[in-house]
Amino acid sequence: MYTARLFAALLLAVVCLATQEEYDNDILEEGITLTDSQYGSLWPLPQKVQMSTVVFKLSGASFQIVDAKESSSGASCSLLQNAYRRYFEYIFPSARKQGHVKKKTPASAVSELQVWITSADTECDGFPNVTSDESYACFSVVKDLFIMLGFLDDCYHCLICLLPGLETFSQLVYEGEYGAKSINRTEISDFPRFAHRGVLLDTSRHFLPIKVILANLEAMAWNKFNVFHWHIVDDPSFPYLSRTFPQLSQQGAFHPYTHVYTPSDVKMIIEFARLRGIRVVPEFDTPGHTQSWGKGQKDLLTPCYSGASPSGSFGPVNPILNTTYEFMSMFFKEVSTVFPDAYIHLGGDEVDFNCWKSNPDIQKFMEQQGFGTDYSKLESLYIQRILDIVSSTNKHYLIWQEVFDNGVKMKADTVIHVWKGNQQQYQDEMSRVTASGYQVLLSTPWYLNRISYGQDWQATYKADPQDFNGTDAQKKLVVGGEACLWGEYVDATNLTPRLWPRASAVAERLWSDKDVRDLNDAYSRLAQHRCRMVQRGIPAEPLFSGYCAYEYKGV
Amino acid sequence: QYLTKSVIFGTMEVKTSSNSVRFDKQRCSFIVLIMFFSLPAVNAVWPMPQLISSSTDRYPLSPRQFIFQYASGSSAKSGCSVIDSAFKRYFPLIFVDYLKKTEKHMYRTFSMQPMLNVYASIHLSFPFSVVDKLSVSSGQASLRAKTVWGALRGLESFSQLVYQDDFGQYFVNKTEIDDFPRFKFRGLLLDTSRHYLPLPAILKTLDAMSYNKFNVFHWHIVDDPSFPYQSSTFPGLSSKGAFHPSTHVYSQTDVSRVISHARLRGIRVLPEFDSPGHTQSWGKGQPGLLTSCYKGSVPSGTFGPVNPAMSSSYQFISRLFKEVASVFPDPYIHLGGDEVDFTCWKSNPEVRGFMQKMGFGTDYTKLESYYMENIINLTKTLNKTSIVWQDVFDNHEKVKETVLHIWKGSPAQIQQELSDITLAGYRVILSAPWYINHIAYGQDWTTYYNVQPLNFTGSEQQKSLVIGGEVCMWGEYVDATNLSPRLWPRASAAAERLWSDEKTTSSVTDAFPRLTDFRCRLLRRGIQAEPLFVGHCRHEYEGI
Repeated sequence: MYTARLFAALLLAVVCLATQEEYDNDILEEGITLTDSQYGSLWPLPQKVQMSTVVFKLSGASFQIVDAKESSSGASCSLLQNAYRRYFEYIFPSARKQGHVKKKTPASAVSELQVWITSADTECDGFPNVTSDESYACFSVVKDLFIMLGFLDDCYHCLICLLPGLETFSQLVYEGEYGAKSINRTEISDFPRFAHRGVLLDTSRHFLPIKVILANLEAMAWNKFNVFHWHIVDDPSFPYLSRTFPQLSQQGAFHPYTHVYTPSDVKMIIEFARLRGIRVVPEFDTPGHTQSWGKGQKDLLTPCYSGASPSGSFGPVNPILNTTYEFMSMFFKEVSTVFPDAYIHLGGDEVDFNCWKSNPDIQKFMEQQGFGTDYSKLESLYIQRILDIVSSTNKHYLIWQEVFDNGVKMKADTVIHVWKGNQQQYQDEMSRVTASGYQVLLSTPWYLNRISYGQDWQATYKADPQDFNGTDAQKKLVVGGEACLWGEYVDATNLTPRLWPRASAVAERLWSDKDVRDLNDAYSRLAQHRCRMVQRGIPAEPLFSGYCAYEYKGV
Repeated sequence: QYLTKSVIFGTMEVKTSSNSVRFDKQRCSFIVLIMFFSLPAVNAVWPMPQLISSSTDRYPLSPRQFIFQYASGSSAKSGCSVIDSAFKRYFPLIFVDYLKKTEKHMYRTFSMQPMLNVYASIHLSFPFSVVDKLSVSSGQASLRAKTVWGALRGLESFSQLVYQDDFGQYFVNKTEIDDFPRFKFRGLLLDTSRHYLPLPAILKTLDAMSYNKFNVFHWHIVDDPSFPYQSSTFPGLSSKGAFHPSTHVYSQTDVSRVISHARLRGIRVLPEFDSPGHTQSWGKGQPGLLTSCYKGSVPSGTFGPVNPAMSSSYQFISRLFKEVASVFPDPYIHLGGDEVDFTCWKSNPEVRGFMQKMGFGTDYTKLESYYMENIINLTKTLNKTSIVWQDVFDNHEKVKETVLHIWKGSPAQIQQELSDITLAGYRVILSAPWYINHIAYGQDWTTYYNVQPLNFTGSEQQKSLVIGGEVCMWGEYVDATNLSPRLWPRASAAAERLWSDEKTTSSVTDAFPRLTDFRCRLLRRGIQAEPLFVGHCRHEYEGI
């Protein structure tokens, strides 16, 4: 949908200065046969790529990423400066150790990547949002010497589009036969197929130290993911330290100090993500999946009954008390200020009615409301009030598919998150949701916590979110997808190798053209992409037997 | 109030004696009664000792005053490299916070107890008996073991008995342990051919193995994809056959480092040089070794297994194994012998001619037999015993003295194979149920835990030929990025099956909290062990 906005008004150019001499080409071309795919190690594959056999060298001693003289954005833009430094180090990982010895730029070398932003209005402190345009055009040309990124409608968007452009640029650089950093003459124009390309991490079933979250945000950026869906709390623990209700984590976290996310932790994660063009969408799942909430907030959960007396256990949030909604109003008010993203994920999945059924007060309430024994009506009532509460904070919401399945009325811009069923069932669900005019987000085929022996990335790669019966208008309502790594069996010890490069398969499906489906070509590029991730310090596991020039050293 | 307690747990004696301490069966009834005191979860030792009794009496330990000591009467004494370095290793494993919190100062005081030295054997031998007795009581703990290797196991158990309370104070409960392994061979296979494993990954695995009381590192060092073993006799093998001739090889120094690291932890290093199949990478550095496959009457350019028709093949293997036998001190060598594909042999006119000459007809298993018999004999002349994969037994009438290694089949087929092999009088190692490279969603450790290695039809005599089992981590999908969390604590489940009494460790439900606890202990020791299920450890893994 937003890709239609590509090539809008504004020009942003990144200029890549190069000096070159044609005579070297015959020798240098040897280096290109490094790869099986004609697209080298590009991942996810850009929409349009033309690679020539002309090769330039890059020298770590002289190469620079700089703001062009004409650029309206300068050294004051921290987002840009951060990105330049990051990508310089990715391209020249050993540059620091070597120090700057050689100053002379050899012939046939690219010496400068100039970033040229032509907008008069630069704004570097915004947050990426669902309408951020990430398209860019990237040309590495022999004599005209430039890479050009995007045509966009405001400067902030330019900055966001620049990040995938820089990533692509860094992926074009490879190590030639004698160790020289090399880049082929390449023309690229690129934009994402879907606007929402997410990864879900679950910090409730196991606590994930900040370091792990940051490392994975980093890896997400390399894969052009742009949404971190933070499933921050759930039944097992409540690690979110709330300013308004500190007892929630005091009582509900695995440990009140070592296993919590303080406001400054959260802020750091959001900023780290922002600098990489990644939105942080928090999920506060209710009314089910809330056991840990009950520990710090008395009377929030429904007391379950065994016969005529309370059994001592608790069920979902109690939907019949005013105090519940007062609590939720205050709580979501806080959440909406802590998390700058326009969306909040409200959960709403897997509500077990047994406890509600056992509770005499709820039975009475059901009777008063005329709900009969249809507890999904009670669920609807709860969800609707929560949606109203969240709407009043000026946030949009995402919810799991059950809320739609149960017929709850929602605002038209609600995004329904599909997670259940086999292929047939989820495709039918995609049809139904879009036929009702709602936007939809797909996760069912991308539950990466489910592991199996062998190259399961292939099945992940084949799934397509627009593969269902529906009109073009319906297909346009697919905003994207999310790879989910639920936490039952995952913590800091195994999260990263389990997620990468399996999530990379999802990343390409969500970014690249839908006709990019060749498994052999993908294997070749992905194997190199995973080695690149390993070299950049992320323990991405292997696809199959083989090796990386630089193996993981972090044992 | 315990802060004022005056009982100081001051010394721990290690005694290795030449008199074997017999396992006293009469003690059983007594022990069972004591088990009712049920250990707090923190005290659980993994794998479960054969006999353990403990009371709720606990003694504080002071890291400033605690010392390890050789007992008077111990045959091993100060200067024994295995025990000296174990003391050094176990001190920080027991007092996990100590080195971080306090200034470094001398924490080891050995009081020398010169005595007769019976156990001087440096390398472990196959009949590898461990009997150890560990008792912890007021003021002193004592550990008595027949061999230094038993003492290592005892130290490990002792280190697991120590726990910290909420104030960080170290405690150990009054405990008596009588322990010995159920099986002598408790192995773990790593595959360094399909992916190269950097040395630190191997050393770390050896550390974790010792925490789990594994005692054999089966090093599947070469295979089709790569030949990382740097041979001094045939340097071309790794310079041509490794993924990279200098960054993806194990030099002689590397190999000896692995062997000595393992030795200090009571772990044997069993090298595998698998042939005649699984040898594609050998061919790169040794032209003429592999069978040239034919397409019609011309060579197709591809190669098959080692060429069994050429005497040069045996000369080569003989020289290579001579080197291997001197590099690896273990008296056993794994010769592989699995999955030999006959298609290429069949296509080669030379090989066919040889078949005819030998009178093998068209039965290529006879050719395979011929090859294996040759290299088994050859191994024997080097004074080494061979271990081979089950295929060698399945395909051949009679093989000389070897140990068979079971790796395939359904549970019923595995039981049948165990029966058949032991009936034929061979010793056997079981791996088929412990291919832990096969991953599945959920708590698959329970399947590894529930294996009953002796559950097959056979006499007592036959059962005694099952010398143990081995966890295999094949390398198709595993390298340094994911090895540790994939191994641990899943391999720990097999470790308990191989060490402990099946009767006292038959319940997965009982094992779950103990293993959960043990994996947190592994984490605390820097082993990247993955979680069993939802929950947390007091000290989470801090890497990525």
